[in-house]
Amino acid sequence: MSAAPIGKDLLGLEHLSADQIRLILDTAEPFKEISLRAIKKVPTLRGMTIVNLFFEASTRTRISFEFAEKRLSADTVNVASSGSSVSKGETLVDTARNLEAMKIDMVVMRHGASGAAKFLADRIRSNVINAGDGTHEHPTQGLLDILTLRDRWGSLEGRRVCICGDVLHSRVARSNIWGLRKLGAEVAVCGPRSLLPNAIDELGVTVFGRIEEAIEWAEALNILRLQLERMQAGYIPSLREYNRVFGVTRERLERSPRDLVIMHPGPMNRGVEIDSDVADGPHSVILDQVTNGVAVRMAVLYLLAGGRPEVAEAAKG
Amino acid sequence: MTSSSTVLNAQAVARTIRRMAEEVVELFDGTDDLVLVGIQRRGVQLADRLAAVIESIEGVRVPRGALDITLYRDDLQTVGPRPVVGKTHLPWAIDGKRLVIVDDVLYTGRTIRAALDELADFGRPARIALAVLVDRGGRELPIHADVVGKRLDVAPGSRVDVMVTELDGHDAVELVGGGKG
Repeated sequence: MSAAPIGKDLLGLEHLSADQIRLILDTAEPFKEISLRAIKKVPTLRGMTIVNLFFEASTRTRISFEFAEKRLSADTVNVASSGSSVSKGETLVDTARNLEAMKIDMVVMRHGASGAAKFLADRIRSNVINAGDGTHEHPTQGLLDILTLRDRWGSLEGRRVCICGDVLHSRVARSNIWGLRKLGAEVAVCGPRSLLPNAIDELGVTVFGRIEEAIEWAEALNILRLQLERMQAGYIPSLREYNRVFGVTRERLERSPRDLVIMHPGPMNRGVEIDSDVADGPHSVILDQVTNGVAVRMAVLYLLAGGRPEVAEAAKG
Repeated sequence: MTSSSTVLNAQAVARTIRRMAEEVVELFDGTDDLVLVGIQRRGVQLADRLAAVIESIEGVRVPRGALDITLYRDDLQTVGPRPVVGKTHLPWAIDGKRLVIVDDVLYTGRTIRAALDELADFGRPARIALAVLVDRGGRELPIHADVVGKRLDVAPGSRVDVMVTELDGHDAVELVGGGKG
């Protein structure tokens, strides 16, 4: 077991304390500077092996983790489900055991099933980082969103953030709700009823059914991707209808009583949940989110890799 | 109960820093291309003090930077929960510069090795010197200081604490544990 101050694994923000979240954010701050250096690399995790195990397609999260790992000098291996033994019927546990038998130190895993990261973490000694599990959590995305807002505001205390769009299918939404509320922010969600989970208000959030209400209330909008691949199920009448009713447009933002911070975890459907002149406009911090993502992931890797008593014991001899 | 004794009081710290500043200027025969880089945390304040004295002697404001070596430590796999990472701030190119690394205490030499590794990632200075307020002996690596405020021979079980007004409310150097080697 690791004596890391945030535990052996990072599975979600639901079970982290406010202090643990602040520790990760504070640790991420100095890591930002490394990405600005001519040589964007420190030797901190030299000798450690990290497997990026992506059972679902992901480009930006995997690349962001890979940058973070390489900037800390870890050795990395990328495994995608297609073409691997997983597609030949191997179970998750067998995959993990095989990887661990190859003496890896950490696993970064994206999986389509909620709870898959915990399932794995309970069965292997390596540190596990959840890079998105089903519709459950995506903790590093939540942390980078919170860091981006903290950079802007200094503190989250009493600030109002509205998460807009397809909350039902979003793992980002849950991590944001838990993390933001723990740091003292007020959180709301806004979207068509068909894309909001039942009993969402039990998470302590306000629910808006009209985007105009959300814009009037919020200081920041975190606009979620409409998961088009799931839209065959008839959650909304049409994309055009969705944009007309819930799309964040410049005209709508101009009616806001304040300068709203505009966020989006990407990839964006321009002209659906967000218009291009909003995504590229002066209030958008979308690219700051991407930059902060690398720093947050470096911080998480650094904190999880800390303090391995078994190594310390061996070193004494 | 752990005993402690004052090695340098505030006046002695001020006198020592003044002498160190003079030695730095002498070592480099002036201040051309001179840069002071303090190691987080107390090395940064000591670098500021040295720079202020150098300015009073030479009339030149010497640039200063800060170096946090945490990510370059060679014992991160063995220490407990990760140490807090501080900020590195070197806002200029260090190629061709004459750098003085400033730290409070020189002990095993591992911090300085890490600092040299980190500096190498930023560029290629013309020369690097080391200035420390206290050299307590006990080196584990072949590293020496060019400018030393106070030399002590301290047993491994004892500790040298450097206090600076900016962080601790007063200036002093104390020996904790008492046993000189």
